[in-house]
Amino acid sequence: MFWRIVPLLLVLASPLRAEIAVKEVISPGGIKAWLVEEHSIPFTALEIRFRGGTALDAPEHRGAVNLMTALIEEGAAEMNAQKFAEARDALAAEFRFDASTDAVAVSARMLSENRDRAAELLRLALQQPRFDADAIERVRGQVLAGIRGAAKDPGAIASDLFNRLAFGDHPYGSSGDGTEQSVGALTRDDILATHRAVLARDRVHVAAVGDITAEELGTLLDHLLGGLPKIGAPLPGPAIVGLTAGVTVKEFPTPQAVVRFGTEGIKRDDPDFYAAFVLNEILGGERFGSRLMRELREKRGLTYGVRTLLADYDQADLVTGQFASDNTKVGEAIRLVQEEWRKLVEDGVTEQELAGAKTFLTGAYPLRFDGNGAIANILVGMQMTGLPIDYPATRNERIEAVTLADVKRVAERLIRPEKLRIVVVGQPEGVVSTP
Amino acid sequence: MRKILLAAAFCGAAVPVAAGPVSSFQLKNGLEVVVIEDHRAPVAVQMMWYRVGAADEPPGHSGIAHFFEHLMFKATDDLKAGEFSDTVEAQGGDDNAFTSWDYTAYYQRVAADRLDLMMKLEADRMRDLQLTDDVVATERDVILEERSQRVDSDPGSLFSEQTRAAQFLNHPYGVPIIGWRHEIAALGRAEAEAFYRTYYAPNNAVLVVAGDVVPDAVRAMAEAHYGPLKPTADIPPRLRPQEPPQLAERRLSMSDPRVSEPFLMRSYLAPARRSGDQVEAAALVYLAELLGGSGTTSLLARKLQFEDPKVVHSYAWYDGTAVDSGLFGFGLMPLPGVTPARAEAAMDAVIADFLAIGPDPVAFERIRTQLHASEVYAQDDVQTLANRYGEALAVGLTVADVQDWPRVLQAVTPEDVMQAARKVLDQRNAVSGWLLTEETK
Repeated sequence: MFWRIVPLLLVLASPLRAEIAVKEVISPGGIKAWLVEEHSIPFTALEIRFRGGTALDAPEHRGAVNLMTALIEEGAAEMNAQKFAEARDALAAEFRFDASTDAVAVSARMLSENRDRAAELLRLALQQPRFDADAIERVRGQVLAGIRGAAKDPGAIASDLFNRLAFGDHPYGSSGDGTEQSVGALTRDDILATHRAVLARDRVHVAAVGDITAEELGTLLDHLLGGLPKIGAPLPGPAIVGLTAGVTVKEFPTPQAVVRFGTEGIKRDDPDFYAAFVLNEILGGERFGSRLMRELREKRGLTYGVRTLLADYDQADLVTGQFASDNTKVGEAIRLVQEEWRKLVEDGVTEQELAGAKTFLTGAYPLRFDGNGAIANILVGMQMTGLPIDYPATRNERIEAVTLADVKRVAERLIRPEKLRIVVVGQPEGVVSTP
Repeated sequence: MRKILLAAAFCGAAVPVAAGPVSSFQLKNGLEVVVIEDHRAPVAVQMMWYRVGAADEPPGHSGIAHFFEHLMFKATDDLKAGEFSDTVEAQGGDDNAFTSWDYTAYYQRVAADRLDLMMKLEADRMRDLQLTDDVVATERDVILEERSQRVDSDPGSLFSEQTRAAQFLNHPYGVPIIGWRHEIAALGRAEAEAFYRTYYAPNNAVLVVAGDVVPDAVRAMAEAHYGPLKPTADIPPRLRPQEPPQLAERRLSMSDPRVSEPFLMRSYLAPARRSGDQVEAAALVYLAELLGGSGTTSLLARKLQFEDPKVVHSYAWYDGTAVDSGLFGFGLMPLPGVTPARAEAAMDAVIADFLAIGPDPVAFERIRTQLHASEVYAQDDVQTLANRYGEALAVGLTVADVQDWPRVLQAVTPEDVMQAARKVLDQRNAVSGWLLTEETK
């Protein structure tokens, strides 16, 4: 299918519809979770996050968290990978395990009719994964193929290069998949150690939405997570954002150049965060009417899509954006981005733009809470961000409270043309690297 | 894992289900309306599906259906260019559109109390779009950039276009939805306006409204906004050139420096779901699941990844929701050191064994259970349900067909699967394409 614009995923998922009744549940064993009971469909969506993610990798073991996470479902206790998958499928339970920069995510959907048996399978996967030698080799082969593929993908090359410039030797500065060399060298002992270091109770957050009561959830959580180590590996320290002004071109044979740009961002708990959030929406947010979409796509047809976002990682913050443009046109597109960046600081935004962004953001907010899986995801994200359980009731007020003066102040602080780094992968005409 | 994602995008084996209350009616001007109720959240989705897609384009004008989809967001007699999306976004909603071979669909997702405004907007652009040469020229540049980004920058997508073109000897399903670059570059306002006048009409559309809505209120709003629109008398019947008997397997290979691992794409012409007769299509859903649905327990995964490892991964897929013809297919990536020829021979041996022996009864029951459970999970996502009804009705199926589909799936027997397998897995219907690295070419 071809879309008018390919939907992009939001990095910053903000929460909730005020009417949703979120309860805090504390299990008998002391595990905390947020719950929305929704008994109209006979299943439960469960979202579990272990803070840390691929950023917990030691440099020489880069890719260990990613490979370990991919192996969790490849056999547990007495079941090899085949037996485990057969048992899961026979219950029609769905489990997903995913390693990202700051978290390992476990997502489960379990039918009410066999929830106990499905939860027992998930417990075995989390607590007694086998990490069989043949499974390690098989999945390692898949990861290595992905790493070789990324090395020839201009989008992945641009992201890796941008992250290296931004974060240097910090784990954020390289791909969490690791390199052919680092992944090739991982041993079963490395995987076992990584498992103990990452899936620990001192860093776990849980949300459940669906056909389950608070009492049932408490029992389930103790069973599911109670046997995990109490304490995991220390988180990496803060990452210093080392971006400087300029352009970095990486030659790659492709008809269309991929551009990634950005500068240091703003912390999620900064008093000016909401002003920055509104500012980003005006510059390059989700709407077709954002300044960058208007200038690059709607007026000039230079790109299929351009977006910016506030990327708030646990250990660093960025304002960053991305687009692709044919090699012949990308120079003009880059000049326009730089110009918009400058204009935002010099001229600020209008009252009308501010009002438009606020209406959109506050109106879009409740629409996100439309399904058990979607709500569970949002609730666990709120916990990871450190937001209070009643945040949904106050979030739109925080957006509404942003004034023109707030936006101006935060623009001067955040949108620093003298720090904007632009990475280009392709064969751009008339664009050269600067120091 | 790019390729896996790519593969997933081709696994179009949707399993429509009966949601909560679903009702349907038709306006006097021919517009069909389906209402799906889900009152858990105060959200509504409006989707307008037009029964026109890339396979309905005039020869030489490939891409006009998708191009036109973009132009629908431009000026009308009542709205400026861009004002449609601005208005939706001012309500906090999101809106988008997509084009396939058999349909073009537009949707908005908004707070349920804004549905009336959405209908007003959608009705306005069904008949009153006002194009200018400038607007068309700029949007053509956007679409060429889209083609660069989604096809020309990705050798996998480029090669898919080539294999699909080889699959269809005569039917326009072989032409890419986005269009061939040289033909997109030649499209202009005249082609766009002719296309619009021919196909955009209430009697060539299906409206699906889903979410926190009640049928009576939807009917009243639809009557008010869409009711006054005049039907078009002479909408061309969808009589596309049909395939002759395919007598010869087609084999392709292409190498590209941007390819890191060789990859096999195999496809076969396959029957589509037919109104009132969906058994064969349902059997092909099982066939795809049995052979290559799960990356662990499917037959291909077991034989080629576990027992005697020859591939990094493998999959099978079936896409059966189409006006004229479905497709069935396989994909695999050989392990380093395994030649493409050996990997393909191993896959063909698995398929041959399956045709001789038939499905494992335990695996068969597991898939039946999973298909049944997918009905429960599907009810969590009202937009997916809206898609299932809209897509089905756009290709000529009925509401009853969509509601029957889960029952048809549950009733499939191993014999149904074997009969469908023997018919479809015939090399004369097949295209086998190897995307190779510079080193393996």
